[in-house]
Amino acid sequence: MLKRRSHRSFNCYIDLSREYYAAHGYTKPYAWVYNHEVPFSRLEKPLSQCRIALVTTADIEKLPGETLQERHRHRKVYAHPSDKAPEHFYTQDLEWDKVSTHTDDNESFMPLNRLARSAAKGKIGSASPRFYGVMTDYSQGRAMKKSAPKILELCREDGVDAVILPAL
Amino acid sequence: MSLVARHLEENNIPSVVVGSARDVVEECGVARFLFTDFPLGNPCGRPWDKEMQQAILEMALNLLQGAWQGRTTVQTPFRWAEDDEWRSVFMKVSEENSEKLKKQGEARRAQQEKVKN
Repeated sequence: MLKRRSHRSFNCYIDLSREYYAAHGYTKPYAWVYNHEVPFSRLEKPLSQCRIALVTTADIEKLPGETLQERHRHRKVYAHPSDKAPEHFYTQDLEWDKVSTHTDDNESFMPLNRLARSAAKGKIGSASPRFYGVMTDYSQGRAMKKSAPKILELCREDGVDAVILPAL
Repeated sequence: MSLVARHLEENNIPSVVVGSARDVVEECGVARFLFTDFPLGNPCGRPWDKEMQQAILEMALNLLQGAWQGRTTVQTPFRWAEDDEWRSVFMKVSEENSEKLKKQGEARRAQQEKVKN
């Protein structure tokens, strides 16, 4: 049967969040980044010879008694051994749909075991020995000038060829 | 996350963003984007569904290798539910909750002022 809709199917989070925060009384909407130009690099060798890393916006942990504001203030870009991932990443401070789903299964947003499986199957050369964490930052300047260069530095330290970035 | 991906690309490290906020990622503009039309929170597959998660990861890997130009978006074939009810619950604003949201905003601004001072 032919299906028709008067609007696009997927959610528009820029519209949703603008209306949501306006309803909270915020008068100045958040200005999202728009770029016309997009940088692009080709993979220089076959996947089966590449070392692949994962980057997450989830945190390793929240210290007991620490408020969300304190956690945000203290958060930094981090690198953590891939074989010592936390049983549960800390995601409660992030904006995801807490009504429809949950983040109890790390692999649903940070597939370290799935990546290790791809390495074991020979689909990729190896998984990076460390994964990296970066905070979702309200400040785009800080994200571009501080967090992104730090992630690049960590990738180079680990000899990473390509990166997967699951966004919560 | 998209800004980090762009920085990696500028420095010759290929990247693929895996996510469910299509508009946000595409507005920012990334080299490769694997889109799954799910509620925010599970961009790598439904919780506990290893088969789907492995399939999504491998689609991301294939996109790393297969894309030949920037702004390549691929949508995975998975559906969250038969109906679209989940689409209207996140960040919902309605007559019923508008007063509650306004009060939450006031409380948050008061808290932010307190932290600043």
